[in-house]
Amino acid sequence: MYRYDEFDQQLISERVAQFRRQVQRRLDGELTEDQFKPLRLMNGLYLQLHAYMLRVNVPYGCLSAKQLRKLADIARRYDKDFGHFTTRQNIQFNWIKLEDTADILAELGEVEMNTIQSSGNCVRNITADPLAGRAADEIQDPRVWCELLRQYSILNPEFSYLPRKFKFAVTGSPNDRAAVAVHDIGLRLHLNARGDRGFEVIVGGGQGRTPVIGKTIREWIEPEHVISYVEAILRVYNIYGRRDNIYKARIKILVNALGIERFRELVDAEWENIRDGQLKVSNEELARIDAYFKPPAYESLPDLDDELASLRRVDPDFDAWMTSNVAAHKVPGYAIVSLSLKAPGRVPGDMTATTMDGVADLADAYSLGELRVTHRQNLVFVDVKQEDLHTLWEQLTELDLAAANIGRVSDIIACPGLDYCSLANARSIPVAQDIGRHFAAAEKLQEVGELTINISGCMNACGHHHVGNIGILGVDKRGKEFFQLTLGGSSDQNASLGDRLGPGLPQAEVPQAIEKIVDAYINKRQDDERFLDTYRRVGIEPFKQAVYGPVNSKKQVA
Amino acid sequence: MMTLIKNGNVVEDPFIDCTEMHILPKSGALIVSVAQWQDHWEKLVRRPDPIGVQLKSHEHPEIIADDLESLTVIALEFPTFKDGRAYSYARLLRERYGFTGELRAVGEVLPDQIHFMERVGFNSVEIDSDNALADFERATKEFTVWYQPSGDARQRAAELRRGQKQG
Repeated sequence: MYRYDEFDQQLISERVAQFRRQVQRRLDGELTEDQFKPLRLMNGLYLQLHAYMLRVNVPYGCLSAKQLRKLADIARRYDKDFGHFTTRQNIQFNWIKLEDTADILAELGEVEMNTIQSSGNCVRNITADPLAGRAADEIQDPRVWCELLRQYSILNPEFSYLPRKFKFAVTGSPNDRAAVAVHDIGLRLHLNARGDRGFEVIVGGGQGRTPVIGKTIREWIEPEHVISYVEAILRVYNIYGRRDNIYKARIKILVNALGIERFRELVDAEWENIRDGQLKVSNEELARIDAYFKPPAYESLPDLDDELASLRRVDPDFDAWMTSNVAAHKVPGYAIVSLSLKAPGRVPGDMTATTMDGVADLADAYSLGELRVTHRQNLVFVDVKQEDLHTLWEQLTELDLAAANIGRVSDIIACPGLDYCSLANARSIPVAQDIGRHFAAAEKLQEVGELTINISGCMNACGHHHVGNIGILGVDKRGKEFFQLTLGGSSDQNASLGDRLGPGLPQAEVPQAIEKIVDAYINKRQDDERFLDTYRRVGIEPFKQAVYGPVNSKKQVA
Repeated sequence: MMTLIKNGNVVEDPFIDCTEMHILPKSGALIVSVAQWQDHWEKLVRRPDPIGVQLKSHEHPEIIADDLESLTVIALEFPTFKDGRAYSYARLLRERYGFTGELRAVGEVLPDQIHFMERVGFNSVEIDSDNALADFERATKEFTVWYQPSGDARQRAAELRRGQKQG
C-alpha cells in the first residue's frame, strides 16, 4: 500500500487546520451557509435529510486493517455505530455533527486517510480494479497510476472549480472490473506487439440523468504522458464545459455537443503545448511510488485442490461460498476472497463498528492486514492462504459476511435512497432487502449464476441502475413510489446501457417481477450462458412478456 | 468593503473601471472591456496612461494574446466563485502567452480561493472584506506542500523528495 511520507502528511495536517478554521468561521457566523458550502463539500461534508454526511476517501479501494479500526472507532464515537461503503469504493458516515468534523479529519489523518475532494465540482477519489496487483489477467498494477493521479489532482489550483464533478477510473486488466467506460475519464492499459504498455483514454462516460458509454479519445498514449494528456482534457473541459445548467455540465455533454472528433482536436492542440513539460512522469517518482505496491513476500505453498474438494463435498454451504466468493490467485496456495455485505435482508454496503473491528482482525489474521473495497459495495481479502479458507469461511459466517452471492442476483448495488438522501424519489434499500430475502436460497442463487442488479432511488443514478444487468430505478408518480426496470446493462469491457422493460411497478411487485425475469432467462439460456449473454441473444421481448403478459402490457397505469 | 491587494499589500487602485461606461474618460489609468478595447485600441495605445482590459469568464484570453505588450493589467472576472474558467485563463496568460504584468482577480472572489489564484498566476485580487489583509495572509499561508506544477515557482513535493534524496 502507498504510505504517506512527510510531505503527504504535512499537506493533510495543513488541510485539517484549514478546515478547522473554516468550520469555526461558519459557527461564528463569519461565513454564510452559501460561502461555506463549497468549502465543506470539498472536504466531503454533505448536508443530508437528517444530519451531515461525511464521505471518507478510500484511495482506489485499498484499506489497511489499522485504517478500518479507525473507521470503526469513528463510527462508534461520532456516528450511530455504523458506516456505509459506497459505489466509489469510499465509506460514508451518515450522522455527523458539524462541530466534530475537524476532529474526525484529524483522526483520519493519523491513519493516512482524508476526505479531500470526496465531493464538490472537482476531481473525486480515483477508483480502480479492486483486484489490482493480484489479478492474474493484469498487465500492470494500476494503483501506481492512481496514486500519481491522486497527487496530481489533490488541491489542484486550476481544476478545483470545474463545471461539475469529475471521476476517474483505472484498470490494468483487459477484463474491466473498474467500470472505466462510465467515468468522466477512464484509463485502460494495453500491451502492444512489442510488449510496451500504453493507456487507452476513454472520455465522457457517465451515468446520472444522461447515461453515456464513454468514447475512446486516444487508443494509445505512452504512460509517461498520461498526466499531461489528462491535464489537456481537464483544461478543455474547464474552459468549454457548460456552467449554465448543472444537468448539462458534465464532460459527457460537452463531448456529445462538440462530437468526439472536434473534442479530440481541441485536446490534442492543448496537449501539444504541454506534453513535454513538467507533467511528464519521471522514472524516479514512478519507481518511488511503485515500490509501495510491490507484492508481499508470499510463502511457497502448494495448491490444495484435493483437500478443498473434499471439504466442499461434505459441506454444501462451504461449496456454494467457494463457487461464488472465492477467486483464483496468481500465486499457488493463495486465494482471493470476497466478503459479501449483502446477506439477505441487510442494507447493501452498511457495516457496524463491531463488524468492522471483526473484519480488521480477520484481515490481520488471514490477509496480510489489508483489504479492498469494491464498487459493488463488498470487501475483498486479496491474499488468503488456501489452507485458511475453511476457517475464514466459518469466521466470516459468524460476522454474517459469508453469504454465497458475490456477482449473483442478491449481490445488489443500492444507493442510500429516500431513507437518507434529499434527492431521492424512492427508497432503494427496502427494495434491495426484499429481493435479497426473495432470493435467499443458496441453490437458487447458484442456479441463476452471474447476474447483477443495481438500484437507484432517482434518476441521478448513484446506484448505477443503467449498467446493472437488471437495473431498478425509483420514480415518483403522483406521490407514490414506482420502480422502473431496465435490462441488459453492463459496466465491463463490453459496457452497455440497459433497455427499459416497461411501465414502473409498485415496490411489492418488484421481487416477483425479478423472479419472472430470472425464470424467463433460465428457460431461454443455452449451455452456460450468463443472463447478459442470453439477453443480448434473445432481446427484450420474452422478458417483457414474462413480466407484463402478452396482452395487457399497454394498459398499465404507471 | 472592496479592497485591492497587490503582491501582498493593500493598495489604492490607480485604475478607473470603465467597463460599464458609455464614454471613456479622456485621461487616467483605465480598465476597459474587451469590446471597448477592440473598438478603441488605436486611440488607447497612443495615450501616456497605463491601460488594462477586463475579460468576462466566457472571453478566452486568446482574443487579446497579441496585445499583451500594450497592457499593464489584465483583470479576469469571476461572475460567481463557482466559475473556475479564469484559473485556466490565468495559467494560459502567464505560461503560454507570456504576460508579465498585473493579473487581477475581480468579481465574486472568496478569501478561501486566493491561495489557488496565487498559484495559477494572479498577483492581485479585489476582495469584498472588512479584514482583507488578514484574510489574504491567512489564505496564502495555509499550505506549504504542493503536488502539481501550476506555473508558479513553488517546489513540488516530488521535487522536494528528489532534493532530500540527493542532499
